[in-house]
Amino acid sequence: MQEMIISTDALSYKYGKQLILDAVSLEVPKGSIYGFLGPNGAGKTTTIKILLSLLLSSKKNVFLFGKELSANRTEILSKIGSLVEQPAIYGHLSGRENLRNRALLLKVSKERVEEILSLVGLAEAGGKKAGKYSLGMKQRLGIGLALLGDPELLILDEPTNGLDPNGIIEIRLLLRKLALELGKTVFVSSHLLSEVERTATHVGIINKGRLLFQGSIEALHAINKPVINIHVDDLSGAAGVLLKEGIATDVLSDNLVLPYTSHVQMGSVNTLLVQNGFTVYSIANSRKDLEHVFLNITNN
Amino acid sequence: MQAFILSIRSEFYKSRKTLALWSAVILPVVICSLVCFGYFSNSAKLVNTPAMVQWLRYMGSVMGVMGILLLPMFVIFTTYSVNNLEHRSEMWKSLFSLPLNKWSIYSSKYFFTVILHIICLALFASMILATGNLLGTLKPELKFQEYSVSTLAYRLHLKLFLSSLGIISIQFLLSLIWSDFLKPMGLGFIGTIMGLIAANTGWKYAYTIPYAHPALALQLNSTKGKVPSVDLFTKEIGVSLAVAVIAYILGYFIVARRSVK
Repeated sequence: MQEMIISTDALSYKYGKQLILDAVSLEVPKGSIYGFLGPNGAGKTTTIKILLSLLLSSKKNVFLFGKELSANRTEILSKIGSLVEQPAIYGHLSGRENLRNRALLLKVSKERVEEILSLVGLAEAGGKKAGKYSLGMKQRLGIGLALLGDPELLILDEPTNGLDPNGIIEIRLLLRKLALELGKTVFVSSHLLSEVERTATHVGIINKGRLLFQGSIEALHAINKPVINIHVDDLSGAAGVLLKEGIATDVLSDNLVLPYTSHVQMGSVNTLLVQNGFTVYSIANSRKDLEHVFLNITNN
Repeated sequence: MQAFILSIRSEFYKSRKTLALWSAVILPVVICSLVCFGYFSNSAKLVNTPAMVQWLRYMGSVMGVMGILLLPMFVIFTTYSVNNLEHRSEMWKSLFSLPLNKWSIYSSKYFFTVILHIICLALFASMILATGNLLGTLKPELKFQEYSVSTLAYRLHLKLFLSSLGIISIQFLLSLIWSDFLKPMGLGFIGTIMGLIAANTGWKYAYTIPYAHPALALQLNSTKGKVPSVDLFTKEIGVSLAVAVIAYILGYFIVARRSVK
């Protein structure tokens, strides 16, 4: 059986009378990039805060590295690097000094600080005041701080928030490198399905405090099947022709939508429509957005 | 204990480029130098004063400015600066997710503030003695070298330190609750004025107001012709220490709550 780095057993959390988490049972396998997906306010940050022992679960039902969290807080936290909400950085210190200060607390060598600066691409800007860094640089420094203690588990809360496309790609590559080359387990939250699909090996989907789906990315794809969107001049006529050929379609906001199986299938549908005199403005395959995945999952 | 020491070292590292740390050094050096210069340039008027009285006056000129007005302001400023470092980037959360004991992290910050005050007051006492002796060398007619007040100076500053622990803790607490400067400063200022009035009017219960403690600590038992004695453990010092302990414990719970919001 695969070793679980994080596991929670029906974790619930109330803030006042409001139920924030409702029986969430996370299973995060070792070496995975676990995408924790959900809209804003779904309970992602609350879950992360519980995993970091910033919020306390009323029951002993949070386990990291196979040990119960509240009884082994310091030992467990020594194996975790985290970035919660915005990166916590001292603006009056340089990037290097921020890392050295953290290194002091974690008893990490100065050489490791230089290694981390290179790893997150801040070697040249290491001497610059962190307060003057761009958002992307701050985020990378935040990840650097999380990585400094060479943690086995990295917990990142929306690390690509506010980054430009280049920054997002850099973070994505870094996360992959950490998991695939360095064998770290990465738990990363996001509200963007497309982002999680590109990086994660495992996915947990949370909404309104309930874990709606959990499994490998392949299992998610099995639920969130891709579709073909066709923009055509005569919607009903085209739908009729396709139906005659045994291809059922839906109409969704001026588009014909049908399940995607392969590029060959998409090409033959296109040929069929063109041969029957229809003008195809566009034809493309896509996945449903997060809301539709939620609907699919809840309906299932 | 190791976590506490690491955290204290980190506090010094973080603060070495801030005014909070440097003001603890600059303040005694600047004030003592100014008073020393004043004595030096007006020495002709001061030559007839007996050696002991000369020292007491000299010490009084520094402590009158510092102990009564500047000390509360210094407390307000340093407690704000030390906490503001963490408030600015919501650092508490990040600190509490490190593999360090939460009490150690909080306590290191509190004790770092206290250490800043120890440095500042110890420097004040030392600078008073150093500049007084310098004056004695430059202007022997002022008779500074005929008498020594080192024990009195250090005891008085120790008492001033103990008496300020209550306000240090209250201001530390206020700076934990509010991240802006105005609220802790405003409340601290009102407290200081109230304390001064209560201490100077000789109100019977002035010792119950922490902000009155530094002023009360500087009221010496003096008999004409004798060196004033400094009774270290007076009522106001007892209240100051009690307030410090309560505010210190309360502060932890405020920080622990803040880290999770």
